[in-house]
Amino acid sequence: MSFMTLLKVSNLKVVYYTRKGIVKAVNDLNFEIKSSEVFGLAGESGCGKSTVALSILRILPPNARVLDGSIFFQGRNLLDVPEDEMRHIRWNKISLVFQGAMNAFNPVQTVGNQIIEAIMLHKKDIDKREAWHIAENLFTKVKLDPSFLRRYPHEFSGGMKQRAMIAMALACNPNLIIADEPTTGLDVIVQAEILRLLKDLKNEYDLSILIISHDIPMLATLCDRLAIMYAGELVEYADVRTLCTKPLHPYTRGLLRTLPTLDGDWQFTGEILKGEPPSLIDPPPGCTFHPRCPISKELCKRKKPLLTEIEPEHYVACHSVIE
Amino acid sequence: MEDTIVEVRNLKVWFPMKTGLFSKFYVHAVDGVSFAIQEGEIFSVVGESGSGKTTLGKAILGLVKPIKGQIYYRKQDIWSIPRNRVKILRRNMQMIFQDPFGSLNPKMNVFDTIVEPLRVHKLVSSQAEAQERVYQMLEQVGLSPPKDYAEKYPHELSGGQRQRVAIAAALILNPEFIVADEPTSMLDVSIGSQILNLMMDLKDKYNITYLFITHDLSLARMISNRIAVMYCGKIMEIGPASEVILNAQSPYTIALTAAVPRINSENRELPILLKSGLPNMASPPPGCRLHPRCPLARDVCRQKEPELIEVRKGHYVACHAVTEGWSFEPLYTQIKHRHRKSR
Amino acid sequence: MLPLKRISLRSLTSYIDLIKSSKRAILGLGIICFYLILTILTSFIPYDATPDPECILAPPSWKHPLGTNEVGVDVLQSIIHAIPTSLKIGLFCALVIASIGTTVGIIAGYFGGVVDEILSAVTDIMMVLPPLPLMIVLAAILKPSMQNVIIVISLVTWPGTARLIRAQTISVKERPFIERIKIIGAGNLYILRKHILPNVTSVLFANMILTTAYAILSESVLSFFGLGDPTQLSLGTMLFYAFSTGALSAGAYWYIIPPGLAISICILGFTLLGNAMDEILNPRLREHGVV
Repeated sequence: MSFMTLLKVSNLKVVYYTRKGIVKAVNDLNFEIKSSEVFGLAGESGCGKSTVALSILRILPPNARVLDGSIFFQGRNLLDVPEDEMRHIRWNKISLVFQGAMNAFNPVQTVGNQIIEAIMLHKKDIDKREAWHIAENLFTKVKLDPSFLRRYPHEFSGGMKQRAMIAMALACNPNLIIADEPTTGLDVIVQAEILRLLKDLKNEYDLSILIISHDIPMLATLCDRLAIMYAGELVEYADVRTLCTKPLHPYTRGLLRTLPTLDGDWQFTGEILKGEPPSLIDPPPGCTFHPRCPISKELCKRKKPLLTEIEPEHYVACHSVIE
Repeated sequence: MEDTIVEVRNLKVWFPMKTGLFSKFYVHAVDGVSFAIQEGEIFSVVGESGSGKTTLGKAILGLVKPIKGQIYYRKQDIWSIPRNRVKILRRNMQMIFQDPFGSLNPKMNVFDTIVEPLRVHKLVSSQAEAQERVYQMLEQVGLSPPKDYAEKYPHELSGGQRQRVAIAAALILNPEFIVADEPTSMLDVSIGSQILNLMMDLKDKYNITYLFITHDLSLARMISNRIAVMYCGKIMEIGPASEVILNAQSPYTIALTAAVPRINSENRELPILLKSGLPNMASPPPGCRLHPRCPLARDVCRQKEPELIEVRKGHYVACHAVTEGWSFEPLYTQIKHRHRKSR
Repeated sequence: MLPLKRISLRSLTSYIDLIKSSKRAILGLGIICFYLILTILTSFIPYDATPDPECILAPPSWKHPLGTNEVGVDVLQSIIHAIPTSLKIGLFCALVIASIGTTVGIIAGYFGGVVDEILSAVTDIMMVLPPLPLMIVLAAILKPSMQNVIIVISLVTWPGTARLIRAQTISVKERPFIERIKIIGAGNLYILRKHILPNVTSVLFANMILTTAYAILSESVLSFFGLGDPTQLSLGTMLFYAFSTGALSAGAYWYIIPPGLAISICILGFTLLGNAMDEILNPRLREHGVV
């Protein structure tokens, strides 16, 4: 397994202009994804993780603006490249399995037709028969019966649609797949099947996967490294075992303690994380977590903590931890 | 000895599906379910999509009419109660829904939503009395100070706040029994845990019995006294929470517990013990519902439905493999490391 | 059963905000306000119906900016006084249509089953029949009076609203809060009144504006055919008199075009506002709780 950096996000700042104000969705984000790794971006709703995915592929909605930062991929800053080069990168180099992918299919076309459409759009000199052949191979790779290419989306179950989306994402042999909430809404056993599929595909195609989700146990099973986002900022990231066994940031610790587990005897403890996530239009000054933090100090209200390497490959943004 | 508060006997809830001019199919949402809930316990029904658990909850509250079987509330058959007494019964049984926004009328503010049950049952006579009770309830559910929230409309509240309002509206009639249908699945983890904490506090304070409906096995393990595992309209296993999870007997429960991702597990491979497939409620398979997917299935599983048999104290399983004592080896070929208590 | 729309101050201001956001809506509202102002003015300027035998069918002049009609009465004055009648009838029809349509739609949508099948069948059949010929036939059967005009127009136009309300009722009925209220123990009539109705009438706003436009047009057509109330001067009646007294062959364009234009612009105003509101309100229905 090589440790080359595949994607490097630096100082990313993204805002949305809405009628209610300017939403600071992503604030000074720094992380990198290596080749052949599964990188997890975890956080609750509204923390900005989906915005990160959209920023990488430059498919943000019209009311969004990247204010600052860079996203380096294979030597090029994706935020600066011209649109036709970006179009080539999309799907050929970086593809996306997005949230609610299960509803992303056009109900009046066969699934096969939609996949072929995507293939032919991104691989210029291919005729229909070759594209069909590729689609059949892809279906086999994702353990779907190739004859299902002729069926319509409503004949697919949730898990099958997700596999079809993954097949589409693989169509052009990308280096990086971004999967936004890939198993939300799926039953436990189907989820296990999809996770196993992603792992197998990662090994077979030697690609990297960026998984975005709120489901931390799911990320713990699949990812090599895991990053926690809160209110548009990265608060902690490390390799997955370290993060789950030795979390340092109070938010991470609180979050992990609220997660129900199957093993061991559990008594319902008192409230661990009080309050609600902050408004991103008017975030609290200093550390955005301080209003809910059990160990916040005066410094936390004034100064924003920087993501610092506490131990090798373990980064935390918290004043109490840093000193 | 605690009293039985709710009892369900041979309950079948089928929904008609019109497919042809002359043929009529039914969706067997609940297909022969029996159990009893004791006063003061938290009883969870765990199942995946298509298991029938939500329909079960609605049937117990009398929202849908069963095609067969009975539902008893404190020994009274709820469908035999005279119409004029039904309303009084309703005061004792309430529900908390999965969608916090959908459970509130967008045109009514928080005060009106919470006071409504009192008005419907004519339990308050003056505005002052109503305000006192509503404000008290708002404090109870953590929406404090009450006057800041009373005038707000649902779209001005966050998900967690909406769910608190829904809980307040359910609790204001002082019910004994509450059905909670996935109350935290649409909320963030940190907010959801606050809501669960709230529900537990209120349980102790008001002596409420909960029927918890969830797909989250870990959650059920954490809060329940007893768990019933449902698949395709039937109960596969039922018993004390820790028993059912840590000493699962039914292949279905075993497969479910194996497939749940765990944070601190050494082994990151999630075993998949059942073949792919979905429960088909429109035309359920004959015999045991699980047989098309179960690696232990034999002829008898295709022919005869297994009964719920007690295997340990209070722990019942519906599975031929268990009652006949067949080897579970074919199920475990995929598990490398697992701690299991011996049967 | 009249739809009791509780227009609180809060919802009014949000409606005004929405209207301000669309140019079409502003234009439509402007036209409607213009007509309303004229209506208010007419209460101060009495209608001088004295015939002036010297100026029969006189072309426009300083004294009579839009000329005179067949008995010498100023056309401009007639138009101004005919507008309130057209508006009145239009608005009354809209109210009656809303009432009938909402009642039928809500009952069909909420109760479903046989009730729904019967009511929907009636609604569908009536929607298929051509409205104008039906109105003409009905109006011809009944005695010509303002009441009957309103009845005829409403009777033919309610199905559209009923369909709309039925669809909306069905979508509201499925929401969890309705189940929650049932569990609380409320009866069907209470639920219809307090929970379904307020959530369903939000679509009525745009619909009623468009219905008003349609009613004004229908009334003009009926009056044009002489089936309207002969004692009330409406814009359609003016055209009736214009044609029946030979203004066309006399080339008295000032008697024909202005009333026609007045009708058209009035309808345009309502249609612009109605369509704009429909467009704006629909996606927002889910977003805003107020609307």
